[in-house]
Amino acid sequence: MTTQSVGIVTPETFTFAEDEPFCLESGATLGPVRIAYETYGRLNADRSNAILICHALSGSGHAAGYHSAEEQDEGKPGWWDDCIGPGKAFDTERFFVICSNVIGSCYGSTGPMDMDSATGDPYGLRFPVVTIGDMVRAQVKLIDHLGIGQLLCVAGGSMGGMQVLEWAARHPERVLAAIPLATTAQHSPMLIAFSEVGRQAIYADPYWNEGNYYLADKKPDAGLAVARMVGHITYLSEESMQQKFGRRLQNIEQYGYEFETEFAVESYLKYNGNSFTRRFDANSYLYVTKAMDYFDLTQATGSLATAFADSIAVKFLVVSFTSDWLYPAYHSKRLVSALTAAGADVTYLDIRSSWGHDAFLLEVETMTKLLGSFLARLVREEGIERGGGAARGRSGGETSDAQYEAALS
Amino acid sequence: MTSKLPISQSPNPPISDSTPPNLQSSVFSLRSDLSCIADFIPADVSVLDLGCGDGELLEYLVRAKRVKGRGVELSEEGMLACVRRGLSVRQGNLQEGLADYPDGSFDYVILAQTLPFLDDPAMILHEMLRVGRRGVISFPNWGYWRCRLDLLLTGRMPPAPDLGEAWYAVPRWQAFTVTDFARYCRRLKIRIDDQAYLANGRRIHVRRFKNLLATTAVFGLHKE
Repeated sequence: MTTQSVGIVTPETFTFAEDEPFCLESGATLGPVRIAYETYGRLNADRSNAILICHALSGSGHAAGYHSAEEQDEGKPGWWDDCIGPGKAFDTERFFVICSNVIGSCYGSTGPMDMDSATGDPYGLRFPVVTIGDMVRAQVKLIDHLGIGQLLCVAGGSMGGMQVLEWAARHPERVLAAIPLATTAQHSPMLIAFSEVGRQAIYADPYWNEGNYYLADKKPDAGLAVARMVGHITYLSEESMQQKFGRRLQNIEQYGYEFETEFAVESYLKYNGNSFTRRFDANSYLYVTKAMDYFDLTQATGSLATAFADSIAVKFLVVSFTSDWLYPAYHSKRLVSALTAAGADVTYLDIRSSWGHDAFLLEVETMTKLLGSFLARLVREEGIERGGGAARGRSGGETSDAQYEAALS
Repeated sequence: MTSKLPISQSPNPPISDSTPPNLQSSVFSLRSDLSCIADFIPADVSVLDLGCGDGELLEYLVRAKRVKGRGVELSEEGMLACVRRGLSVRQGNLQEGLADYPDGSFDYVILAQTLPFLDDPAMILHEMLRVGRRGVISFPNWGYWRCRLDLLLTGRMPPAPDLGEAWYAVPRWQAFTVTDFARYCRRLKIRIDDQAYLANGRRIHVRRFKNLLATTAVFGLHKE
């Protein structure tokens, strides 16, 4: 089977908490709340083929396809286009795939850059601090709105994986399977430390101005760029940096003995930092990193095993990557141990990769095999009909399942 | 419930839910020692397969005997093959033990052709009979007459019967015999409930001289 793109997609929005505000874990309230999301594929007759994709720190609801013909020409698809589309791991011929932007972010969902209806000004730091739990409860509202009782699966990497675990631990009756990738059930002190360096870089930028910059001429771009550079380093590995850049010089033949951008790796970080400021909001960076720092599934119950005590009917596929030092394999192993002890159905693999944390987006071939096989199993065990098609007999379904498996081999 | 599907590459016909319970494992052309193991395992039990490889046995047990199957496998290749077969398998190293699994959490724990290659066979035997109410184990028998003769006549250590790996090709290699294993079980008060023997890949039915005639032994065990 050839893999294709889902093509041009149109973002949608859903607004809730217009009358009664949305209560957050902190005790603060927010309302109205807007969720920006996209869907790919078609929901089947019994609404059983829905998959929710959760994005990472700087991601958006635009997971696959293109927003315009220009983007398509430039080859700039959504952030997980490698795995979402016809014939891909999350096969849109078969599944109804949903991806929504988290609250507090800046890609269309309610966040600090939005207008506070109480004051008529952008929220800035008056925006309440949100948690991964709040993000997920907002997603639950969206799933309710879409008329989906139970998701076939929730999947995501990094912060997306935290949302997956939150779904499985706190809303287990709403998910059949969970795929947390390169993630943790408890943000570690090292992760909090890196978050804080990023936030300090933003605070230190004079244009940040306590978060009040939306109406000013300049934004805290320098601070946000440094925050992104630090983040970016943590997504790579020494091996992948060695392979990608080595000690190569950029645009010069020999050392200049000056403080210009000389090494290829410097140039790369600078470029990524700068381009990030054109697509991300500094205050959102503060809010989303803070949400990750608060994430600790053991907090409420004291242990991971008790956090997942009600989740043993959920089928888990847990994946880590050997060179990921940001969310090392032992975070996933701890999670898998707790799930095993609880008696849950858990499949776990530590994929060999040199790409560091970014591997969950880059190891496309292994991920396609793994995700495709796991989803094929769910389809088989649950008897999931494909989306949009006419009702089919059992034998017809089997043929296509066999073809589906063959395509993945 | 939908019917089970064939793995697309399998040359064998699929075994559906309607398969009679007395179905012989040979229909699936399992490796012969695996088929002996499968014969020791009743239908509808829970099974943990340690070092399950590409999942051949576990898939058979899940499909033909409707067991609740789980596996542990070290290699990425084996893991991917297992997931492809639709199995629930954890990547893990048996040398680290089975601490995550509560006592008696499985009806059967399987250890096929793996024991001679583990650092601490006593530990893993103890663990498998702690986690499983019963264990099924297969291992190569260096007591086989040819092994004895080879060592006697050539002075060279024979390779693992039926497996063939040379001593230098695998990390560890504890040569032991059916008699060694049976004595060890007696010492630890491990009861051998079932036994089956193979010679060069074929099941043999012998009452005496098992240690001399078998290349591979399959035992069903439980701790008294």
